[in-house]
Amino acid sequence: MDVQTLTYLIVGVTFALYIGIAIWSRAGSTKEFYVAGGGVPPVMNGMATAADWMSAASFISLAGIVSFTGYDGSVYLMGWTGGYVLLALCMAPYLRKFGKFTVPDFIGDRYYSQAARTVAVVCAIFICFTYIAGQMRGVGVVFSRFLEVDVETGVYIGMAVVFFYAVLGGMKGITYTQVAQYCVLIFAFMVPAIFISVMMTGHILPQIGFGAEMIDAAGNGTGVYLLDKLDGLSADLGFSQYTEGSKSMIDVFFITGALMFGTAGLPHVIVRFFTVPKVKDARVSAGWALVFIAIMYTTIPALSAFSRVNMIETINGPETTGVPYESAPQWIKNWEKTGLITWDDKNNDGNIYYANGETNEMTIDRDIMVLATPEIADLPAWVIALVAAGGLAAALSTSAGLLLVISTSVSHDLLKKNLMPNISDKEELKYARIAAGLGVVMAGYFGINPPGFVAAVVAIAFGLAASSLFPAIIMGIFSRTMNKEGAITGMVVGLGFTAAYIVYFKFMNPAANNADNWFLGISPEGIGMLGMFINFGVAFAVSKVTAAVPENVVEMVESIRFPKGAGGAQDH
Amino acid sequence: MGFENNDKAAGYWKENLNLVLKLLAIWAAVSFGCGILLVDVLNEITFMGFKLGFWFAQQGAMYVFVALIFVYVAKANALDKKYNVQEN
Repeated sequence: MDVQTLTYLIVGVTFALYIGIAIWSRAGSTKEFYVAGGGVPPVMNGMATAADWMSAASFISLAGIVSFTGYDGSVYLMGWTGGYVLLALCMAPYLRKFGKFTVPDFIGDRYYSQAARTVAVVCAIFICFTYIAGQMRGVGVVFSRFLEVDVETGVYIGMAVVFFYAVLGGMKGITYTQVAQYCVLIFAFMVPAIFISVMMTGHILPQIGFGAEMIDAAGNGTGVYLLDKLDGLSADLGFSQYTEGSKSMIDVFFITGALMFGTAGLPHVIVRFFTVPKVKDARVSAGWALVFIAIMYTTIPALSAFSRVNMIETINGPETTGVPYESAPQWIKNWEKTGLITWDDKNNDGNIYYANGETNEMTIDRDIMVLATPEIADLPAWVIALVAAGGLAAALSTSAGLLLVISTSVSHDLLKKNLMPNISDKEELKYARIAAGLGVVMAGYFGINPPGFVAAVVAIAFGLAASSLFPAIIMGIFSRTMNKEGAITGMVVGLGFTAAYIVYFKFMNPAANNADNWFLGISPEGIGMLGMFINFGVAFAVSKVTAAVPENVVEMVESIRFPKGAGGAQDH
Repeated sequence: MGFENNDKAAGYWKENLNLVLKLLAIWAAVSFGCGILLVDVLNEITFMGFKLGFWFAQQGAMYVFVALIFVYVAKANALDKKYNVQEN
């Protein structure tokens, strides 16, 4: 069977599976819609959290970014895994003991203030929307390449599927569907990585293989280590060394920090830890989530290094002077059709050639690396089809999780707790479903008409989470004396500073966006970490000179610090 | 109140903070330390074919993160038992 038939088949089967699970585990009550009835076992919850976390960006783009930037790409690897340590140690068990549904619930109750709740709702909704816009685009790209429909049709199909199971299933449906999606996406990611590792180094584990000696076609050692080869190739072609990168140390430090603290402040991740039966389970859930994430995240840098070597060698050929265009590998021609690879024969020698600087003739979009890798390495057609299904699983699972947080924020935090306190359980559920529907439509709109700055907006989401929600939650748990004045001022100042810095460099004056103009050499991607410190500092200063925390709130803080007496998720 | 008395409550929280701070010190040491600040020094050392600093940044830090959470889970659960504040 050809690639296209196989893709239809594998994608079709996986979609049928997701929808089947959603119908089987349909949510009956508001509580089930929000938190899966509190009955999801920790390993399952960990797997679902991992699927929720690993978006189309992780699956499709991250290996490409690491592949093109080498050591600099480590900021994402460490940043997007290190945040889970903070979640497990400093947040998950306490928020589970607190026992309500959402992050704004905690902030509103802990800081005994409607204003604090409103700030948190706005942050949560904004963060989720920026994310979901990128997801739908990912769905469109995968469909357009592998099903050969146009991007718009791809987005419509994706919208319909997500709408169906997020709106029907609620959290319970999503959780079980995400377990299935994790299995599909990790299998799809690991199979090509293992294939390539065995081909290039003889090691089954890509994590070991990418440090190892390369082998030739007959399977004999060549005495050349993969990473040494890559450093050599990069230097010869005018790139900075693969294992050293080109960002300054302070910038790497701050970006890693912003991503870590931002991860621990993202509402759609935190809400996961409300869905387990016990405090004990919340702790271990975060551990399982990180295990499942790390399987993919430790494979990503290996795949990146393999594909970088493969890509350079197939384009430049054994003589490293470029190969004739007529005999160029098929994957280059396939991707040229999508416009994501272009060739400009500058020296008119009829050869394709890849390098850094003026002699370069190839423009290659980073996002294609994972999708193209099976083709570059000449793997069987079913592997290519599998990767397409994996990319879709990643995009769909993340979109569904985000939609749920959007619908919960609107129906529960905004309507029930702010604007319409008297609505019934049933009406609340209805509004949640309407909000999810609107969310799908908006996400689809951005999928079809993507803003030119998706990457910039995602950086804002992390920076805002790190500089607003994260400190507010941490102080709410670990400080008995932090009052509402301190927390609100901290959130507003931290958020304002971070947003202003990003907006200035990304939108108002993009020409000035370089290290010479940055404050202390910190790029807009990393400024959220500084914003976080400002938030902490301002909050403590303000809390010293304003009214003390009420006695009942101090008691609440003390009661969330130990597990005993944790109930199921509360009804309301 | 879940504790027998206030001293027990304070003792539990102190031990808990100690545990969390120790683990976070390791967390920062492997990522911000070995993976970023000390990367150039560690890159002089070769480990399984990797420059060591690069390995920490792209592999090692993540393995340590996973281990840290499971150590925390075991120790925190034991602490709950010691002070008799575990869930029923």
